[in-house]
Amino acid sequence: MFEISPTEWTAILLSLRVAVIATLVATPFGIALAWLLARRDFWGKSLLDAVVHLPLVLPPVVTGYLLLLTFGKRGLVGGWLADHLGIVFAFRWTGAALACGVMSFPLLVRPIRLSIEAVDRRLEQAAETLGAAPWRVFATVTLPLALPGVLAGMVLGFAKAIGEFGATITFVSNIPGETQTISSAIYSLIQTPDGDTAAARLVIISVVLAVGALIAAEVFARRATARLHGQ
Amino acid sequence: MLRVDIQKQLGEFSLAASFTSEGRVTGLFGASGSGKTSLINTIAGLLRPDRGSIVIDGETVDDTAAGIHVPTWRRRIGYVFQDARLFPHLDIRQNLDYGRRMNGLAEDPAQHKRVIDLLDIGALLDRRPGKLSGGERQRVALGRALLSKPRLLLLDEPLGALDESRKLEILPYLVRLRDEAGVPMVYVSHDAAELRQLATQIVMLRGGQVTAFGGVKVLTAGG
Repeated sequence: MFEISPTEWTAILLSLRVAVIATLVATPFGIALAWLLARRDFWGKSLLDAVVHLPLVLPPVVTGYLLLLTFGKRGLVGGWLADHLGIVFAFRWTGAALACGVMSFPLLVRPIRLSIEAVDRRLEQAAETLGAAPWRVFATVTLPLALPGVLAGMVLGFAKAIGEFGATITFVSNIPGETQTISSAIYSLIQTPDGDTAAARLVIISVVLAVGALIAAEVFARRATARLHGQ
Repeated sequence: MLRVDIQKQLGEFSLAASFTSEGRVTGLFGASGSGKTSLINTIAGLLRPDRGSIVIDGETVDDTAAGIHVPTWRRRIGYVFQDARLFPHLDIRQNLDYGRRMNGLAEDPAQHKRVIDLLDIGALLDRRPGKLSGGERQRVALGRALLSKPRLLLLDEPLGALDESRKLEILPYLVRLRDEAGVPMVYVSHDAAELRQLATQIVMLRGGQVTAFGGVKVLTAGG
C-alpha cells in the first residue's frame, strides 16, 4: 500500500517543481500588486482587483482555455514568446506552472495585501522624516513588517498550485513526465481498473501537503501579530 | 533660521501662517484644532502648501510660485512624534542607526556616544520597542531623530502621551538638548508651562491663524 511507484514519484516531483516555480515567479508580482491595491488609489482599481480574483470564481476549465488561447503556440502572446524568446508553454511543464501561478494568484495576493494594509502608515512617515526615499521605506519598513503575510500568501499559493487541476489539464493536458501532476495522475488512476490503491496514496499525500500548508500559513499569521507589536 | 509663509486648505479648515524665527526653540502654541500639527507637518513636507514658501537653514524647501517641493526624505529634518513611532521590527540600536543609514552618513561613534549619554539610553540598546516604557520610547525617538544629523528638529507634543511624572522625567533631557545639541527646534505644545521652560520664541495659533509672535512673554499676555 505504501510503496510509491516510479510514475507516482514522477507526478509528485513534477507537482512540487511546478508549484515551487509558480510560487517563486508569482510572488514578486503578487507583492507589487498587493502594494498597489493596499496603498495607491488609481482609476480602474476595482477592475484590477476583480481581474486578480477572477481565477477564483471562473470555472477552471475557462481559465485553462483562455490560457490556451493566449499562451498556446498560435496564441497572441504564446506565438510571440515562442518566436522571439523560444519560450513555449503549450503542453510543457512550464505551461502547468503558468496555469498554477494564475490559479493561485488570488490566494497569494490576499494575505500580502492585508498585511501591507495592517502596516502603520505613521511608521512609514517616520521613516521618511529620517531620510528614507519611498522605495527604501518599502524595503526597510513596509516589507519587513508585512513579511509574515508574504510568507502566508506564498504558502497558500503553493498549496493551491500543488492541487490545481482544471486549468492545468485544459491548458497543457495530462502527459506523464511532462504535465501530469498529482491531481491529473489521480484523475487518470481512478479511471483505470486497479488504480484505486495508487490513487489513495496520492490522495493522502495531497491531504498532508494541504494541511501542512494551512498550518504553516497560520503560524506565519501569528508571527505577524507579534512582529507588529515589537515583542 | 526658519522662514514660513504658507496657506493651506484642509477641508473646512484653513491654515495661514507667516513668521521668521531665528530662535533656538520656536514654540508653536495653541489649543487642539488650532492647526499646530498641520503647520509642523507642512514644515516637514508631509503636507504640501497650497500657496507660499518655507525656507529651512537658507534652503527653500517649498515655493509654490517656483514649483519647488522638496520631499520629506530630502529635507534633512528630524521629527519626534507624540507617539514615538519606533520601528517594532528593529531593536533600539537599529532604530537609532536608521537615519544614519538612510542618509548614507559615515559612522560617528563620538556623536553616537554623546547622544546616548545625553538621553541616558545606553542600557536600552539591545531591547525591542515593545518592551520599553512610554518615557523610554520617547527618549529613543529623540535620539533617533538627532542621530540622523538634522538641521532642524521638529517635535509634535513629544510629552503629550505621557503622564505628569513621566513629563517631568523627560523635560530635563529636552532642556539639555536645547542647550547642548546645537540643533534648532520647532516645538509644538498646548501647554504654556512646558513652552515657558523650553522655547525661546513663540508662534501663537488660533483657528489656523497666527495671533501672536514674539518672546515667551506672549504666553503670559493671554493671546
